[in-house]
Amino acid sequence: MSVYAPDLDTRPRPSSGRGRRSSPWTWRWGDRLVLLCAWAAGLGLCLIAAAIVLYMGYRGIEYLRPGLLFARPAISTSQSHTGGILDPLIGTLLLTAIGIALAFPLAVASAIWIAEYGRPSWLARIVESSIEIVAGTPDIVLALFGVAIFQLGILAPLSFRAEGGGVYGRSFIAAGAMMSLIALPPLFVATRDGLRAVPTHMREAAFALGKTRIATIRRVLLPSVRSNIATGVTLGVSRIIGDTAIVVLLLGKTLHIETQGSVPAINLLRGTGSTLTSYVYDNSPAGEGAAPQKAYAAAFVLLLFVLALNLLVDKIGSGSLTSSV
Amino acid sequence: MKWLRKPWPDHRAERTLGAVSLLVGVVVLGMIAFVGVRAWPIFAHNGLSWLGSGGSLQTQLANMQATSVNPPAAAFHLRAWPLVYGTLLSTGFAVVLGVAIAVLSSIFIVELAPARLRRVAIPVIRLLASVPSVIYGLIGVLVFVPFVGNHLITASQKASVQSTVELTGAGLGVVVVILTVMITPIMIALICEALLSTPRSWREGAVALGLNPLRAVLAVTLRAIRPAIVAAAVLATARALGEAVMISMASGGSFFTPSLSHGVPIFLFEPFRTLASAIIDFNEGIGAPALSATLYAFAALLLFSAFVLSIAGYLIKLPLRKYQVRA
Amino acid sequence: MHFVADKFDGEYEHSVPPVRTIVLDRPPVPVAPGVRERNPLREPLPSTTGPERLSLREISIDYGGVPAVKSVTMSIHQGEVLALIGPSGCGKTTLLRTLNRLTELTPSAARAGEVLLDGDDIHQLPDTTLRARVAMVFQQPNPFPMSIFDNVAFALREQSRKRPRRREIEPLVIDALRRAGLYEEVRDDLDRPALRLSGGQQQRLCIARAIAPRPEVLLMDEPCSALDPISTGVIEELIGELRRDLAVVIVTHNLAQARRVADKVAFMYLGDLVEYGTTADVFSQPRAARTRDYVRGAFG
Repeated sequence: MSVYAPDLDTRPRPSSGRGRRSSPWTWRWGDRLVLLCAWAAGLGLCLIAAAIVLYMGYRGIEYLRPGLLFARPAISTSQSHTGGILDPLIGTLLLTAIGIALAFPLAVASAIWIAEYGRPSWLARIVESSIEIVAGTPDIVLALFGVAIFQLGILAPLSFRAEGGGVYGRSFIAAGAMMSLIALPPLFVATRDGLRAVPTHMREAAFALGKTRIATIRRVLLPSVRSNIATGVTLGVSRIIGDTAIVVLLLGKTLHIETQGSVPAINLLRGTGSTLTSYVYDNSPAGEGAAPQKAYAAAFVLLLFVLALNLLVDKIGSGSLTSSV
Repeated sequence: MKWLRKPWPDHRAERTLGAVSLLVGVVVLGMIAFVGVRAWPIFAHNGLSWLGSGGSLQTQLANMQATSVNPPAAAFHLRAWPLVYGTLLSTGFAVVLGVAIAVLSSIFIVELAPARLRRVAIPVIRLLASVPSVIYGLIGVLVFVPFVGNHLITASQKASVQSTVELTGAGLGVVVVILTVMITPIMIALICEALLSTPRSWREGAVALGLNPLRAVLAVTLRAIRPAIVAAAVLATARALGEAVMISMASGGSFFTPSLSHGVPIFLFEPFRTLASAIIDFNEGIGAPALSATLYAFAALLLFSAFVLSIAGYLIKLPLRKYQVRA
Repeated sequence: MHFVADKFDGEYEHSVPPVRTIVLDRPPVPVAPGVRERNPLREPLPSTTGPERLSLREISIDYGGVPAVKSVTMSIHQGEVLALIGPSGCGKTTLLRTLNRLTELTPSAARAGEVLLDGDDIHQLPDTTLRARVAMVFQQPNPFPMSIFDNVAFALREQSRKRPRRREIEPLVIDALRRAGLYEEVRDDLDRPALRLSGGQQQRLCIARAIAPRPEVLLMDEPCSALDPISTGVIEELIGELRRDLAVVIVTHNLAQARRVADKVAFMYLGDLVEYGTTADVFSQPRAARTRDYVRGAFG
C-alpha cells in the first residue's frame, strides 16, 4: 500500500467525474418552483438591462448627430429645427462641478471627523443620522427645501430675478447647492469606510514618529484612501447627472443658459438654464412634448455618461456590489 | 494667511472638522423646519383631514393656483386622498413584487448561476441601479404606454369606462412594472451581500444532512438573513415613495382613483397620480401661496413617512435578532 | 503549607519551592448529571463489532493534480469506532469527507476507486440519499440559527416528502437529544435559540442533529478539538454509547483520545494508509516503523 516509488505508481488516475447528483426531478414541488422562478428572475433582469441599453442605443444612434452636441437648442414647431443639445450639456457639466465642489469638502471633512475623532459621541451619532436622513430623503423634497431657502430675502442675490423683480429662487447655484446634498452621502460613506479599513498599525507608526493626528490624516491616511474617495466622487457624479427633480424645480426650464448680472463667473452661477435630464423631461410627452427625437438623443448621451461612470467605478472600486449601488 | 500654512494643532483641527460635520446636522434640521413651516397653513386649515377625500381635487388645486396674493381661507381647502391612494397603490405593489424578485435573483446570482453568468450579473445590477429615472420614464412613456394603449387595452374595455375615465395605456400597470425594475437592484445588492456573509459552516452542515444545495439555502440561509431582507425592503419603499419624475411621465397624470370594482385588467390600466409626481406636475404654480403650502404639505408627508419607515424597519428586525449569531 | 525542605533538615542548601495542595489535586466533580466518572486507565469497552458497513476499495483523491489520498483500502464495521490518526496534511480529513462525498463541494477534487455502503456504490446513489445514511459532525460546532428543537428536527423535516407535524417529530427529537446526552440540560425549554448554548452543548446538539434521522454511519471530524477538556470527556463517553447502533469514524489529532475512544485505528501518512489494526496492536505493537515513531511522539 505504501509504495514510495512514483514511477511504479500503477494506481488508477483520479478523474474528476462527479457522483450522481440528486436531480431536480426528485425535489419537492415547492423547490422546483423556486428553482424555475430564480432562474427566470436572474435571466430576466439581465435581459431587461440589455433591452434598455440596446433600445436606447438604437434610438440614440437613430437620432443623435454629432453636430447636435455642439448646436444650441432653438425654439421651433418642427422637430428638425429644434437645434442641438449644447446648452443642456453645459448645464449638466456645470451643475455637476458645482455640486461636487460643494459636497467634497463637507463630505470628506465629516468623514474624517467621524472616523478619526468622533467625540462627543452624541454629536457623532447626530452627524451620522443626519447623513442617513439626507440619503433617504426623496430628491423632490430636497428640491422644495432648496426653493424655500433660496426664496428667502438674504439669499435673493443668488437667484434669478424675473423682469418684474420677483424672486423665483432658481439659479445654477441654488440647484448646485441641492445637488451637493445628493452627492454627499455616497462620498461620505465611501471615505468613512475607506478610513475605517486602514489598519491601525499605520496610524500607530505615524504617531510613534511624533506626528500629530491631523498631520497623520493629511500625509498618511488620506493618500491611502484615494481610491475610495475617487469611487465616492464617481458615485456622487453619477447621482447628480441623473437627477431631474431638483433641476426642474430649481433651475427653471429656459432653453438657453441665461446669465444674470454683469460679474463674469457669478452671473453664470446666478443664471438659469437646463440640463440633459430636464431637456429629456421637457421634450417628452410629460413636458411640452415637442421633440421626442431630441429627447432620445439627449437620453442616449446621458446613458453614455452613466455607462462610462459605471466602468470607472469598476476600475477604481473594490468590485463589491454594495460599495457602488 | 500664514496661520493656514503652518501645521495645525490637533485641537484646532478637531474643532474645525467637527464644526463642518455639524453643518450637515444643521442643514437637516433646517430642512425639517422649513418644510414644516411652509406646510403649516394646510394643516392649520384642514387638520389631518386633508388626507381624506371629499370634493374634486382638481378644482381644489385650480382654485389654489388662481389665488395669488393673500388667499382667503376657503382657498386652503384640500382633500388629497386620491394622491395618497395612488402613492400607496404604486409603492405597495412595487415593493411586494420587488422583494420577491430580489430574493429570487439574489439566490440565482449567489447559488445557481454558472461562474460566467455571475460575472455578467454583477455589472448588470449596478447598471440597472444607476440608470437615471428620467430614462426609465422616457422608455415608459414612449414605448410601454403606446404598447399597452394600442395592443393590450381592447376597445370594449375603453368603452366600458369611457364615462369616468379615458384609458390611454398610461396608468398603474406600467408604473408598477417600471418602479419594480427601479427598486429591485438596490435590494439585490443588499441581499446578495447578506447571503455571502452568512457562515459557510451552516451551508456545509445542511448539505451534510442530505439537503440539495438550493434547499440548503432556502431552509437555513434565507431564514438567517431575514433582517437584511427587511432592511432592503425599507430602503426600496423609501425609494419608491420618493419617485416623482418617472411616475409623472408614465402615470397619465390624473386625479382618478383606480378601483378594483372595474375588474382587474382595467384596474391596472387606469391613470392616477402620486404625492411626489403631483409636486413635479404643479411646480410651476409654486408662486401661489396656497398651492405652495399644499406642495410643502405633500413633501412633509413624504418626509414623515420616511421616518416612520426606518422606525418600522427597526421594530420588525427586533424579534428576528433572537436567533442571529450576535445573540 | 508545609515545606518539603522541612523534612530534610539541613540536607539541602537550595530552597525547594513549597508544595501546596491546589484545587486540581482533588478528585474532579462530575458536571453532567448521568455521566459516569471516567477512569482514564480503564479496560477497553467490550467489543460490539457488527456487520461491515463501509468498504473502501483503492480510493484515491487528488486536489488539482496534487494527491491527497493514495489508494486506500479498508473496511468499517458497525459497532466499531475507527480512529484516523496521522500528522497534519496526511489526508485523513479528505478521506473522511470522501465517505459522504463532501469533497465534491471543492471543484478541483478528483477521485478514483470506489466506496461501498452496504454494497451500494456511493457514487451511484444520489448525494442527498447518501448523506441521509452517512452523517457528519464538524470540527467547529455549527448549529443553525434556529431553536434547539428546530435544529434537531431539521433533518427529519427535510428528509420526508410531506412536512410532518410537531407532535409526530417531538418523540424522535427527544430521543436524539437523550442519546446525545443533552436532553437533561435543555429539557425545560427546547425553543431556546441554539446559538446561546455553550461550545460543548452546541457540539452535542450537532451530534443530536446528525443522529436524529438514524444514519448508518457517523463521521466525526475532530469533534473535540474546539472544546474544553470536560466537554471532551462527555463527548467521548457519548461516542462509546453511540457505536452500538452506528459505525463511527473519527478523525483526531489527539493520540490519547484515539487510545481512549477507538476500537480500530488507521494511521495515515502523506496520503498513504500505513497501518490499520486494533487500538492495542497499533499503539503497543505497531508493525511499521513510521507508526511506531508517530505513536511515540517522534514527529507529528
